[in-house]
Amino acid sequence: MATISDYIGKSARANVEQALERARQHESHHAFLAYTENRALERADRVDAGEISGPLAGVPFVVKDNYLTFGAPTTAASKILEPFQAPLQATVIEKLEAAGAICVGKTNLDAFAHGGSTENSAYGPTKNAVDESKVAGGSSGGSAVATALDIVPFALGSDTGGSIRQPASFNGVIGVKPTYGMTSRYGVVAMASSTDVMGCFTHTAEDAELVLSVMAGKDARDMTTLEDYFTPATSAPQSLRIGLISDFMTDDVDADVREVTSIYADSLRAAGHTVENVNIPSAKYTLAMYYIIVPAEISSNLARYDGIRYGKRSSEAKSLEEVYGKSRDEGFVTENKRRIMIGSFVLSSGFFDAYYQKAQKARTLLINEFNALFEKYDILLCPVSPTPAFGFGENTADPIKMYLSDAMTVAASLAGIPAMSVPAGTSKDGLPIGVQLMAQRKQDALLLSLAKSMEGKS
Amino acid sequence: MSTEYEMTIGIECHVQLATKSKLFSAADNDARDKEPNAVVSPIDFGLPGMLPVLNREAVDLAIRAGKALSAEIARVSRFDRKHYFYPDLPKGYQTTQMYQPIILAGFVDAPCEDGSTVHVRIHHAHMEEDAGKLTHYADYSLVDLNRAGTPLIEIVSEPDIHSAAEAKAYAMELYRLMTYAGVTHGDLYHGNMRFDVNISVAPKGATELGKRAEVKNLNSFRSVEKAAEFEFKRQVELLEKGERVVQETRGWDDAKQKTFSQRSKEDAQDYRYMPDADIPPIVLTDEEIQSIQAVVPMLPSDYRTAWQNLALDSSVINKLLSRQIYAVIMYDVQQEAGDASAIRVANWLASTIKSDDDEAGDLNIKAETEDLIVLAAMTEANELSSTNAKAVFNELIRGGKNPRQIAEANNMLQVSDEGEIAAIVDEVLSDPESQKAVEDIRSGNDKAIGYLVGQIMKKSAGKANPGLAQKLIREKLT
Repeated sequence: MATISDYIGKSARANVEQALERARQHESHHAFLAYTENRALERADRVDAGEISGPLAGVPFVVKDNYLTFGAPTTAASKILEPFQAPLQATVIEKLEAAGAICVGKTNLDAFAHGGSTENSAYGPTKNAVDESKVAGGSSGGSAVATALDIVPFALGSDTGGSIRQPASFNGVIGVKPTYGMTSRYGVVAMASSTDVMGCFTHTAEDAELVLSVMAGKDARDMTTLEDYFTPATSAPQSLRIGLISDFMTDDVDADVREVTSIYADSLRAAGHTVENVNIPSAKYTLAMYYIIVPAEISSNLARYDGIRYGKRSSEAKSLEEVYGKSRDEGFVTENKRRIMIGSFVLSSGFFDAYYQKAQKARTLLINEFNALFEKYDILLCPVSPTPAFGFGENTADPIKMYLSDAMTVAASLAGIPAMSVPAGTSKDGLPIGVQLMAQRKQDALLLSLAKSMEGKS
Repeated sequence: MSTEYEMTIGIECHVQLATKSKLFSAADNDARDKEPNAVVSPIDFGLPGMLPVLNREAVDLAIRAGKALSAEIARVSRFDRKHYFYPDLPKGYQTTQMYQPIILAGFVDAPCEDGSTVHVRIHHAHMEEDAGKLTHYADYSLVDLNRAGTPLIEIVSEPDIHSAAEAKAYAMELYRLMTYAGVTHGDLYHGNMRFDVNISVAPKGATELGKRAEVKNLNSFRSVEKAAEFEFKRQVELLEKGERVVQETRGWDDAKQKTFSQRSKEDAQDYRYMPDADIPPIVLTDEEIQSIQAVVPMLPSDYRTAWQNLALDSSVINKLLSRQIYAVIMYDVQQEAGDASAIRVANWLASTIKSDDDEAGDLNIKAETEDLIVLAAMTEANELSSTNAKAVFNELIRGGKNPRQIAEANNMLQVSDEGEIAAIVDEVLSDPESQKAVEDIRSGNDKAIGYLVGQIMKKSAGKANPGLAQKLIREKLT
């Protein structure tokens, strides 16, 4: 697998052409919704001519198709945005381009990032990088697969409840969800404003450090961003206190997943860290909190897709009500509609206190529990997903079953803490399995330095 | 015996803030005379991925408004989303403050035309964004988003108003408070202040309020008054007939001077309010609030206090307060030249200002305070007749400078030289036409002296000091 340093100093045009060639070789995986070939080659030539320089000069990358970018439409894998050409680019894209990186394509996702398998894409699912009979995971499935297939050394995803970490685990790459507010959300199609975080997929922790140090920082266009605090650590962390979350190591979790996690815990001990079992009393409620708060925010954030100003307007519509009803019916996939309905329900008059307010209170309890744990522990460890990548259609009939696969990732999203998936082993069937590391808010550098120090040791 | 009815009114007033840019974007906040959709940023347009950036100037103006409303400012306030679908609402929700508004309880004391004062408690006032505008054609409608995202505060009163006259007085006092404090440009024609008037009627002394009708989007003081009057009559008629008043939203037809039904409560939407996670809470310290409120200039009540001892007619005071510029001029004259000069200027201004409400239109006063003080002094010293003084005043407010020069140029200065006037008096007294008046005076009918003074003023082309002329006539006839 080629890392970023393998691309530095090479012909940018050759880097881009190679990435596009590999992407085309792997088209059966359906990781891409579009290539940004013309713009990529043009930018590559400018890098080669010395007009663009920077720490990522000439390095190709791909981006989840919910980021607004030039060079290809931005669809969020939905039909309602099928004809949408963004007039501006997301802040993090602008930052990466300023550092010399070159976007070569837009990757597949569950429409509007609603899902954990990429099966909810309006343009068909993405296949797992290791086993094409399995799902890519999601919602950032295309970006995970493009990285795992060595098409590019890094890819951008968005993580609202595990959408970077889970596909990273399913495809055997690193996936980082930074602290909420470390990276700008400006110019990324919003899913849930209070948990959306922009992050990346890489092959090594060091590459993630490099990419995130370019992405991070205060953005005047996103009021929730934090002053830039992210500086990669210069030395390996010593004697960390690590808590293994036992609530996520129960019998409900696949035996292979538990075993891989236990082995990783052992290798942490072998590296001089202490690992103890810890509990998060609210852990069992996190899915319930998440599937109230996030659909509520989704129902609000998706209200703007009304067929009036941009995107798809139903050709069948004969009245204003039909413009709304039919455009949204035709433009959204089933899972979008399900979440809009759940969200509208929990926000409706008479139910708001019982659902949304209660979930927010429970969220505060969860945050308090994390704060208490981080007084005693530097890092928390647990699996990413209860299972390795599952088969197509296995979970689609039962949405609850699909939601359960988010059980271990949503806690970090609700708490706004940094979390990452680190490749740690494989199942008996040879499917990749990652483990999840979490740290206190703004401790992203510690998280990455631990992952870096453990590479090749597990 | 017929029942006596009383009405109860609460008013919600939307005030457009005088910021340079919109509430959440850098787009120009002045949509007047602009092409449709000319001042719309991607944020106001509701493009995917756009995030609001709170305009600090709007927060500062809301804090000023809080002072004008004698209200406490919340140390922590937040924004919420109010959801509904309409083509003038680009995001599918309006960003407003449902749960934690920036301005807490306050009050307004509004002087009524009859000299009484109505004390109206303010429940709260919150910040929110305006929506765009639709123009409907035969089989299509056009959307103009220039106004979308314009910052507003909505001032919500308690139901403390009990007559149409009080409603108008409250609306006018709000206008004065908001314009004086610099919160809004107060351009009523362009909808800078819009009133939603909630009116219910019940038998006098009843413990329960009647069902209320809300008349929305009134944009003049007169329409507030007329709509309240109309609704009172309409609701009383219904009750007298034994019918029910329906809780509903009504519009105001200015041409017919009538309210009309728009939608009933059954059609009320569920707005699914929720906190807006894109905007961090507004957190304010005591020091910040004080420093922002310190720049609020004098408010109407401050002027009323300052003029308390001038014995001005209440209609004169209301006219002076109708625009901040009049009040400022008047106050400056009072401070620099004293009460007597201030009273003269007050009366000149009041006779120039047509009306104290929005029908008056703006009087563009260009006069320098110093010139007005000189003019008042000249009048005091009998150098100008009252008619000529007013003429000079009219020149000054149109931009004329130096009242003495104006008076001289127009030959208006009064002659107070005894010898010069005595000559004219002799001339008038010897005129055969004056003989009847002369005899009348001699026989004790003093009224006839007015005719003689008039003749002297005529002969002197208005320049003779009438007091002096009268004194000389008496001396010569006794």
